[in-house]
Amino acid sequence: MLEKALKGSLLYKGWMAFLLLLIGVGVLCYGQQYQYGLGYTGMSRDVSWGLYISQFTFLVGVAAGGLMLVLPYYIHDYKAFGRITILGEFMAIGAVAMCLMFILADLGQPIRALNVMLHPTPNSMLFWDMIVLNVYLILNVLCGWVVLHSHYKGVKYPKWIKPFIYLSIPWAISIHTVTAFLYCGLPGRHFWLTAILAPRFLASAFAAGPSLLMIIAMVLKRTTKFDIGRTAQDKLVTIIGYAAMLNFFFVACEVFVAYYSNLPGHMHTLDYLFFGLEHDGHVYNNLVPFMRFSMAAGLIAIPLLFLSRAKQCDGMLVAACALLFVSLWIDKGLGLVLGGFVPNMMNQVTEYYPSLGEICITIGVWSAGFFILSLLYKIAITVTLENEA
Amino acid sequence: MDSNRRKFLKLAGLGAIAGVAAPSAFNSLLKGEAIASSGGHAESAGHGGHAAAAPTGKQYGLVIDVKQFADTPGLGEHCIRACHSLHNVPDFGNKKDEIKWIWIEKYENAFPEHSNYKRNADLHKMPIVTLCNHCSKPPCVRACPTKATFKNKDGIVMMDFHRCIGCRFCMAACPYGARSFNWRDPRGKNEIGKPFISRINPDFPTRTRGVVEKCNFCSERLAKGLQPACVEAAGGAMIFGDLNDPGSEINKVLSEKFTIQRKPSLGTNPSLFYIL
Repeated sequence: MLEKALKGSLLYKGWMAFLLLLIGVGVLCYGQQYQYGLGYTGMSRDVSWGLYISQFTFLVGVAAGGLMLVLPYYIHDYKAFGRITILGEFMAIGAVAMCLMFILADLGQPIRALNVMLHPTPNSMLFWDMIVLNVYLILNVLCGWVVLHSHYKGVKYPKWIKPFIYLSIPWAISIHTVTAFLYCGLPGRHFWLTAILAPRFLASAFAAGPSLLMIIAMVLKRTTKFDIGRTAQDKLVTIIGYAAMLNFFFVACEVFVAYYSNLPGHMHTLDYLFFGLEHDGHVYNNLVPFMRFSMAAGLIAIPLLFLSRAKQCDGMLVAACALLFVSLWIDKGLGLVLGGFVPNMMNQVTEYYPSLGEICITIGVWSAGFFILSLLYKIAITVTLENEA
Repeated sequence: MDSNRRKFLKLAGLGAIAGVAAPSAFNSLLKGEAIASSGGHAESAGHGGHAAAAPTGKQYGLVIDVKQFADTPGLGEHCIRACHSLHNVPDFGNKKDEIKWIWIEKYENAFPEHSNYKRNADLHKMPIVTLCNHCSKPPCVRACPTKATFKNKDGIVMMDFHRCIGCRFCMAACPYGARSFNWRDPRGKNEIGKPFISRINPDFPTRTRGVVEKCNFCSERLAKGLQPACVEAAGGAMIFGDLNDPGSEINKVLSEKFTIQRKPSLGTNPSLFYIL
């Protein structure tokens, strides 16, 4: 089955070569970072996590979002999702792979990474995150591959895989819950210290993951004969739309609690993210344009999403999904992690600007994830199309 | 904490991994510090962590008389120099890479939750010496995924520089900003060839890049029966001792003077007390 990934159109080969180029740049920059230390990045004593950990957090969501594509088919026997289920599982593989790469890129001593297993520490949420992420990766590789291989052979998937598929569904919830617990269990960080963080993570994940899948599906519809079908497309709009609304509802809850309670610790980070925070006569606001754009884009995307379905317009659908994806990426992939460090524990403000090398490594990891994704999708689509021919 | 209990807690952890011992897993989650302290202490000797062999039941703490620091200009800086030169703390000359074990903070920054309505000007000038609080319930120890930071039997929150993977979860967890990370090689030199550690003290290890470090309450000096370097340098402005020993000087001072802790509402139980 693997050989399917090796043959393809010029467009496919060009795309893969382009990704390889970006991966190469990322690898070179990582070599520099490895030589110099993490001071290579824009991180500092006050903002001790940056782009890597924020991308990791966002991508755990994309991985968990695969759940929304798998659940209707396997649990509710929703046949229209037959074609996208495998895409959901493979998207989870690509996303978790990126998560693991981002974690490694962020470690000060990457060669000691296995210490997490050598000295298991159940009181650390990072220990549990390592477990749930790796198991989720294995589950998706197993389920995705076995189901696709049966498809390839023209038979129904074997019965023994069913328990693993069922297990992967609550497991998707667990990966994002534990990732939220990394943040919301820290007593001094008011912005993160909220019980709604895990639910909010899940809501944004269930919007962001399927949005990305929808964009990919529309690209495939244009470039290949693979079409997920109108029914699945319309149903996905419902899923993405409701998840996005839930996400913004949770954001509104956070805003209410902070500003109505008038607790300074709770207001500071929101002030910093949306209005700028004054400290020692200087206003710090480098994330304000991003966060405002994120809010506006998200709130425009939701009605646009439903309008695209009413008008049956694929172009509008892609635009709505792209807006929403970018909105959620800024919200979680920038604001949530970086904002949590402002102000610092002494009520001082240090802003974070990623270094060029750090950005190249980040792009490199994203490219590696998309490389894996493209490889898997190429196989899945070729098998599906051959099967039907 | 005896070794049977330690073994039991380790087994409980393993049981939790297998997913067959949910109640004990929950229990061990709640007792996170207990696991870390028991496991960590045993390891520290073999890892060169400079852990003092202390009897049980101790919690070392520190009382800082801010007024004396305010009355003696340069005293705080003197303490900082004593600590940083002893522990090979590098000076990178910029805020981004900064590493510090003990430093001076303004009142409003050290105590952001304490009101200072009309005395703002006075308090503003007060040099608040800040360092690791060696909390009795340290969030950093709870967060560390490798037990590289752990609670010693004498109450000191220790770091094992050889086990730390540099994930910086402890830095996110510490509510006092007490932890620093080696963003680059501390044994290196700057562009004009000046070493980051001006004079290396051979009796204390230098660190490698990519690990977290912080104040260790001079664990290595306590083992030799000495006071922490900052306390010695402060000449009476700091009182160090076992908070749980009813006969200790620190106990006497704490029962006589009004003292405050940093961010007491967080439930970390800091072992540093300030007289203002």
